[in-house]
Amino acid sequence: MTEELIIAGFGGQGVLSMGMTLAYAGMIEDNQIVWMPSYGPEMRGGTANCVVVISDDKISSPIINTFDTAIILNQPSMDKFESGVKPGGNLLYEANNIINPPTREDISIYDIPANLEALKLNNAKTMNMIMLGAFLALRPVVTIESILEALKKVLPERHHHLIPVNEQALRRGMELTGQTTTV
Amino acid sequence: MAKKLMKGNEALAEAAIRAGVKGYFGYPITPQSELLEYLSRELPQRGGAFLQAESEVAAINMVYGAAGAGERVMTSTSSPGFSLMQEGISYIACAELPCLLVNVMRGGPGLGTIQPSQGDYFQAVKGGGHGDYKLPVLAPNSVQEMAEFVYDGFDLADKYRNPVLILSDGALGQMMEAVEFPDYDIEAHKVDHSEWATRGRRKGHDHNVLTSLYIQPDKMEAINQHLQEKYQLIEAREVRFETIMTEDADFLLVAFGLSSRVAHKSVEMAREKGYKIGLLRPVTLFPFPSEILFQLAGQVRGMLVIEMNTGQMVEDVRLAVRGKVPVQFYGRQGGMIPQPDAILHEIEKYYTQRLAVEVD
Repeated sequence: MTEELIIAGFGGQGVLSMGMTLAYAGMIEDNQIVWMPSYGPEMRGGTANCVVVISDDKISSPIINTFDTAIILNQPSMDKFESGVKPGGNLLYEANNIINPPTREDISIYDIPANLEALKLNNAKTMNMIMLGAFLALRPVVTIESILEALKKVLPERHHHLIPVNEQALRRGMELTGQTTTV
Repeated sequence: MAKKLMKGNEALAEAAIRAGVKGYFGYPITPQSELLEYLSRELPQRGGAFLQAESEVAAINMVYGAAGAGERVMTSTSSPGFSLMQEGISYIACAELPCLLVNVMRGGPGLGTIQPSQGDYFQAVKGGGHGDYKLPVLAPNSVQEMAEFVYDGFDLADKYRNPVLILSDGALGQMMEAVEFPDYDIEAHKVDHSEWATRGRRKGHDHNVLTSLYIQPDKMEAINQHLQEKYQLIEAREVRFETIMTEDADFLLVAFGLSSRVAHKSVEMAREKGYKIGLLRPVTLFPFPSEILFQLAGQVRGMLVIEMNTGQMVEDVRLAVRGKVPVQFYGRQGGMIPQPDAILHEIEKYYTQRLAVEVD
């Protein structure tokens, strides 16, 4: 099993922490993992992305430009990474942040109303965990339990009281891929 | 021991503490600042001194002084900062003082960019500063090695009384992987430096003198010859490399550091297409694994060197194979990283075309 994933959006949407949580969970389950963030001018320009690779085998390159899955949270990232999804791969996007939906017909596309659902949970910041939940429903590369374990490591202790709402968000996200239409 | 998820820069810093570093002197610069940040927080609580100098020039001269006192010391920087340190490194090499240097390379020349690069290869392996000196250069390609090479680096430095350089890059510094810190007994690795360290006069001994100034040319020549003998010893003993799928290879990629990770992926992609491609990854850049390259030149029909620069290590590969096979080059510069499919495309340019000619 090897999953090559890109998560991309604006700074502040929780792109890097979503990837880090997933990577941490992968490590908890004794997989090989790599988390490669964008840094520097890309981030300072307002967009952020990270590549996560999870594998039960040795990971050769942390640098990749084709992906099994892309999780896209804004339009500039859609424009940049839609073409990088491997044929047969998955593209999940946050519905509210995309003006021009993806057009590829050789991949599975899921529009996830993660912003809306996060607001229903009274915590807009859980949007990233809803997206992560949706991804895990499609590609169960790690268990929810490992993600929750990882959150304890990734979140500073003063934020640990937020783990329950993050769990709610993850579980809500897992329900959402079934309801959306696959293009 | 439990695995930790860490950035390369942080793993290197943690390893330095576990290796018993007593003094760190540095100046912040992206993309290695996490290293400085980590040590500024942790080192003073764990038995060492952290000092942010006013510049890289000051930092390397503080390393010179503290290494002269026989302490385990280090500095770290990124490309423009490493250029500023060259004079001090030359002095330290001449005075034969052990210390660890880290260059987390970014794109140049000039102030350049903060994105990863391998543009300082020449500077790292050919001396860098003035005069005839060399540094053993270790080139990690994972977060695990960012940690492990710290221990090796300090031990090599002590063993040869020479500065040792870890040559990394911005991507290895910034990315996170699982890392497991090896057991390391600081006391067992301690080397007695009292024969030369300037720690005050010992009873019954002349005081120790450390200098890089020998005004009489015959004396200076003797120093040069002594240093060269030491470097030859290092070349004979300390070569390290990794081979990946070279057993049946008829075409070879050569890459170090981050490039070797991407090249590895390209090898996997090429193998899926049935091309017999292998990869040789120099782990020490000085001493350079020339002998294995010369051997492999007898087995493969060509080599392709992948670097994040305009072609630096490729010169050493050509020297090593002595014209036996054609050596091609593919590189990206200025903070751009070669992509696996682009390398595969380059492989096909040389590999499949040659095959087609042979089939005709």
